[in-house]
Amino acid sequence: MARINRSEVERVASLARLSLSEEEADRLVREFESFLGYIDTLQEIDTAGVVPTAHPISLPTPTRPDEPEAAMDADRAVANAPEAAASAFLVPKVIDTEAEG
Amino acid sequence: MSASGGEFEVVIGLEVHAHLRTKSKLFSPAPILYGAEPNHSVHPVCLALPGVLPVLNEYAVELAIRASIAMNCEVHQRSIFARKNYFYPDLPKGYQISQYEEPLATGGWIDIPTQGAGGAANKKRIRLTRIHMEEDAGKSIHDDAIAGADSTLVDLNRAGVPLVEIVSEPDIRSAEEATDYLRAVRSILRFTDVSDADMEKGHLRCDVNVSLRPRGSDEYGTRTELKNLNSFRFIEEAVRAEIERQTEVLRAGGEVRQCTLAYDPQSGRTSVLRIKEDADDYRYFPDPDLIPMLLTPEQIERVRSELPELAEQRAERFQSEWDLSEQDAVQLTAAPSIANFFQAAAKQHGAPKVVANWILRDVMQALNELELALDDSPFSPEGLAKLIRMVDEGKTTVKSARGLVAELVESGGDPEALIAERGLAAVSDSGVLEQAVAEVLAENPENVELYRSGEKKVVNFLMGQVMRKTQGKADPAAVREILARELGK
Repeated sequence: MARINRSEVERVASLARLSLSEEEADRLVREFESFLGYIDTLQEIDTAGVVPTAHPISLPTPTRPDEPEAAMDADRAVANAPEAAASAFLVPKVIDTEAEG
Repeated sequence: MSASGGEFEVVIGLEVHAHLRTKSKLFSPAPILYGAEPNHSVHPVCLALPGVLPVLNEYAVELAIRASIAMNCEVHQRSIFARKNYFYPDLPKGYQISQYEEPLATGGWIDIPTQGAGGAANKKRIRLTRIHMEEDAGKSIHDDAIAGADSTLVDLNRAGVPLVEIVSEPDIRSAEEATDYLRAVRSILRFTDVSDADMEKGHLRCDVNVSLRPRGSDEYGTRTELKNLNSFRFIEEAVRAEIERQTEVLRAGGEVRQCTLAYDPQSGRTSVLRIKEDADDYRYFPDPDLIPMLLTPEQIERVRSELPELAEQRAERFQSEWDLSEQDAVQLTAAPSIANFFQAAAKQHGAPKVVANWILRDVMQALNELELALDDSPFSPEGLAKLIRMVDEGKTTVKSARGLVAELVESGGDPEALIAERGLAAVSDSGVLEQAVAEVLAENPENVELYRSGEKKVVNFLMGQVMRKTQGKADPAAVREILARELGK
């Protein structure tokens, strides 16, 4: 019973902004299917009463005090950008002004 | 259609994002500087340079707990930071660190004022779904002059600024309730010092989910989301416009499509930004760079025990301790800056009701005329108390003192020195006053006659004449005394 098909792989690839060749897409259909097989094995374990693990390490939360350091030099901040102007990164025109927040 | 009448009931929920008042970012030590030049308050963590790791700001956690407690939420001892994945130029990591499955706080409520039956003041409870912590994204700036017509500027100063997102249940039923709710949220955030919550500066942003359903129905209709509304007026206008749009669609027998909308204040219309196909676009998963946030009960209780007084509690205290009217108490707690100023001035002066009148009348008027916020004014509570005391002691007149309030609010300074400098000290020199009274009586024989024949009220007219003669500087008590004596002769 195939749970993963080409269109599912293509949807995930498009969400991740990946473009796949025909061969890659076919291979990923098979690989995803085998991952799910592994998950099926895990599903057989009785986890009733077990808190979902979000991280394998159990530690008190490491935090830092709210003490600002000097900002880095703005020219250095944009030094690796292909293009910059007025100390800002320059990117291809964006229509939607603010997607999220 | 009106929001309350009609065949449809309006169902609204709000997602409010508020910047936390920290000095550094949520996961990096970069300073938070509003109004800095692009990329002048960044650090390698904000830029997502390879190899950087996030470290949680403990004060941001405290502020988020404080907001959650003030909004009556249950604060969880364990919460998880998750990655919300999407691609946008102002999001350098390709994900935002947020909270998803296990947020900091759930439940809770905020009461908003509402008109009860017969116009009586009443309260409506808006339930909260959750409050979670997250980091802000950067900013895209569209400026053809600098970027050219084909490019956008990206400024990452805001990237990583700590936020709380406060999500309400769909308990709001009109555009007015939506803004009342947001005002209540803002008041709590300000009185608890969690956030400056200034919409103009982007500290407070709001997304509004709107749907309609046939009146009497229990099911929710398809909702649309209005994004990034940045003023109370726009929120109210946008919600009204969207209610109208959905009403037209439904009346015509159509279906509302789930989508994200932008509001254009110029046309007064909402327009589709994008159609939402899938709620799971973001592929959330626990951030492997951050272990679960574990709080101790003691930590939560400490924040609870240190919670500052909210506006409502302050207003009640002003009424019970200082005998102010409810209306005055509510006005004086409109913002913490006003409440703190009043409280300090009232303590200095000793007569809270008198101080309340000066603030509500003269100080507020001056602030309005100068378009100034009290926080930005150099006028001190001590200054106001001193000014009022000089009036009390007859050292200057009410009129002169009131005339100085605008200047003090704008430029500060010592009221006593200002009064001396302007020659506004009350004239209590009895020789000068005797002379002025004698002149006024000589110039108004008919009024003197009227007074002596029983028309005692003319004394007020004569008072006014004396004040005029002394350019308003005469000590009124002294003038009244001399007038009474002279007229009694």
